[in-house]
Amino acid sequence: MTGPMIERELVIVGGGPAGMAAALAAHGQGVRDILLIERDQFLGGILNQCVHTGFGLTYFKEVLTGPEYADRFVTKINSTPAIETSLRTFAVALSRTKVLTVIKPGRLQNIAARALIMATGCREKTREMIHIPGTRPAGIFPAGLAQKLINVEGLLPGNEVVIVGSGDIGLIMARRFTLEGAKVRAVIEIESASRGLVRNLTQCVYDFDIPVYFNHMISRIHGKDRVEKVEVVKVDGQRRPIPGSKFELSCDTLLVSVGLIPENELIEMAGVRLDEKTNSPVSEAPNTTAIPGLFVCGNAYKVYDVADSVTADSQLCGRLAAEYLLKIQGDSFRPLSPLEKPCKRR
Amino acid sequence: MFDVAIIGGGAVGTSIARELSRYKLLVVVLEKEEEPAFGVSKSNSGIIHPGTQNPPGLLKSRLCVEGNRLTRVIAQELGVDFKEVGELIVAFTEEEIFRLHRLLEDARALRVPGVRMVDQVWLRGHEPHLSPRVKAALFAPTAGIISPYRLVYDLAENALRNGVQIHTDSRVTAIENTRPHFIVHTSKGPFKAKYVVNAAGLYADGICRMLGITDVAIKPVKGEEFILDKKRAYLTNHLIFPLPSQSTKGILVIKTADGNPMVGPTATEAESKEDLSTSQEGLEKVFSAVKRMVPEINEKDIIAYFAGLRPKAGEDFIIRSEQAAHGCITVAGIQSPGLTAAPAIARMVTRLLRQQGLGLRRKILFHGHRKRSVHLFAVKPAETQKLIEQDPGYGDIVCRCEMVSAKEIRDAILRGATTLDGIKFRTRCQAGRCHGSFCTTRVMKMLAGERGIPVTAVTKRGKGSEVVKHDRADD
Ligand SMILES: Cc1cc2nc3c(=O)[nH]c(=O)nc-3n(C[C@H](O)[C@H](O)[C@H](O)COP(=O)(O)OP(=O)(O)OC[C@H]3O[C@@H](n4cnc5c(N)ncnc54)[C@H](O)[C@@H]3O)c2cc1C
Repeated sequence: MTGPMIERELVIVGGGPAGMAAALAAHGQGVRDILLIERDQFLGGILNQCVHTGFGLTYFKEVLTGPEYADRFVTKINSTPAIETSLRTFAVALSRTKVLTVIKPGRLQNIAARALIMATGCREKTREMIHIPGTRPAGIFPAGLAQKLINVEGLLPGNEVVIVGSGDIGLIMARRFTLEGAKVRAVIEIESASRGLVRNLTQCVYDFDIPVYFNHMISRIHGKDRVEKVEVVKVDGQRRPIPGSKFELSCDTLLVSVGLIPENELIEMAGVRLDEKTNSPVSEAPNTTAIPGLFVCGNAYKVYDVADSVTADSQLCGRLAAEYLLKIQGDSFRPLSPLEKPCKRR
Repeated sequence: MFDVAIIGGGAVGTSIARELSRYKLLVVVLEKEEEPAFGVSKSNSGIIHPGTQNPPGLLKSRLCVEGNRLTRVIAQELGVDFKEVGELIVAFTEEEIFRLHRLLEDARALRVPGVRMVDQVWLRGHEPHLSPRVKAALFAPTAGIISPYRLVYDLAENALRNGVQIHTDSRVTAIENTRPHFIVHTSKGPFKAKYVVNAAGLYADGICRMLGITDVAIKPVKGEEFILDKKRAYLTNHLIFPLPSQSTKGILVIKTADGNPMVGPTATEAESKEDLSTSQEGLEKVFSAVKRMVPEINEKDIIAYFAGLRPKAGEDFIIRSEQAAHGCITVAGIQSPGLTAAPAIARMVTRLLRQQGLGLRRKILFHGHRKRSVHLFAVKPAETQKLIEQDPGYGDIVCRCEMVSAKEIRDAILRGATTLDGIKFRTRCQAGRCHGSFCTTRVMKMLAGERGIPVTAVTKRGKGSEVVKHDRADD
């Protein structure tokens, strides 16, 4: 191990709803040295680009947008001195002994964590993961990237859009593109039903008269420099193309919304086995891993439909981590008042 | 007036340019794409072949062995990563073992260093994930891997440093032979040159026709390749080949310079020279072929795929000076192992130019070396720490999957990257498992900022491939 080493009680990787809820829950259980690291320049994670409403129905009993939902937690985090936030900090490696290597502007640092919660969220499955054949022009976007381009950057990716997969982000983006003046030609779903929420299917797609083709898949992408059209084909129960059912849709943009996968490459680096199918850690109890004191919560643990479920899961995980710290520290553990300085060991 | 105009900025064109930049000559490279290496040289297997699969009588066989030797020197000089991983050509039956022995004789005739047969015991020790059904293999230790585009960019950069001009976005449209020189017309205007080298890859036959040469016809042969997640890098230690067929080296399990395993390529006739599409059939063919050799390979681990086109003009390379157009050198049909042979081709072309009367006087000050580009993914933590202290930009990570910092991206732009693909090829940013889901916006903004262009003008790989259509701020 090279570079300076510091020791911390509880380190949480990821400043989205999961990481924030876990930090607050652990704090609620008496943990007084918490480091929350986030690679972006602000907390909130993916919620920052979800400007649509529908967040917080269960937890806050209110209808909030993504950023509003995040803000509620950010405010609490910022007013809790025992939780230190480290932004623009990138976790690059993790060892079996829970030493986390981070890079931040100006420094590489090794952090030995007594307990570690990974709240790293998930990434979108790509066109490549579902092997859509054809060319590789500009104009193919993971739906979440398109969402960020429109909602955060004010950039409209294209004028004529086909969406593959009826995941929630895809459905929400169907509405977003339509409101931005683009034409959404169709949503193509290989299953016989949407994998998104019913309310999204109704409010984002049917209300705008966007056709949804269930039991269909995209069999080819055409276009040299920019997407020009896609070839669509109907499939049978075994997902085999039905001969003679092919048709083409012209478009300049293809959004891919075919699901999410937990981002667990760091714990895999530490030796935790991941489930082949789900990319979640293989473990005996929820939120734990084979490494004692290493926890996983939120969408990194399991892909949830709504932020409220992520919050609930992460609160449990924050408590688990606090219990773990209490157990390994035995009598030497003494909850501190929030006014005391975060305890640095040795 | 230029001494030499080289048409084509691929591995061959830039190798020739760098070789000629040793001499007191005015050299220009004309490339139709927005950046060098956007032709055949960007989509291939990246193998520096030892020279084991080509019949001894052919020109390409000789140039391959020589090229393998020269590439090591060039990689050293330019600071490009070259890894000598070695290759295994595997045999499943007695009959195949017999054929391996014939390949061994051919390889020895070509003086390929160190080639020998290895048995099952050796294979089990050195290549544990190989199918137990493999009975023996031919081992060629000098096979290596390199990043083909990084090699081309570094060759181009070194040639530039030594005075070569490189004009991109400059498609050659006509050539006038106004003896004793040529006027090469391009989309960016005319260039006068005493000598013309045609290294136009797939389009070399078109350039030939502009000069009245009609006996060169190039047929594109498509190769589809599939890149797997780095997590599977442990599956092989060497390049794994089946026995070659008449026309190709077969479908291989490849190690790439970036650490990802790769499988392919297929070999099918392409519809056109622009047809870079992949297919479901190609995928199935590749995976059934490679699973026979390494059963644990799985489609599930695919993170990217592409197709490349081999510029085929008969069985061998065509490298010759043209009688009908004195002063013109044709370099056509440079299919595999063209990447390997490129530095040897460059030497051969230089000799041909001299025979045609070009005076070659060495420069006193030739800058043969280039400072190695930094890739955080390839350096040890201790070094990362030092780099960050030198420049905080190294501590600002943009691409999470491949660990590429803002400083590396800025450097790539300073070194000439003008497109997202250009940045990807130089730095690996956006080349990982998330395919740029997270970093594309940041890279676009950096590219726009450094080049002083609007974000809407940022392209994937040149005009027509703009990434976004409208900026709301302009409304
Ligand atoms: C699938 C595949 C796998 C391969 N694997 C290997 C391997 O592992 N090892 C190996 O040694 N070789 C391999 N090869 C072969 C190798 O890629 C080629 O031999 C090599 O890249 C050819 O380089 P080039 O410079 O001749 O062609 P290119 O890279 O195509 O360069 C020609 C350039 O000319 C430009 N051009 C064309 N027309 C004009 C015009 N009118 N005006 C201006 N510019 C023009 C093009 O844009 C292009 O950039 C492989 C090939 C394929 C397809």
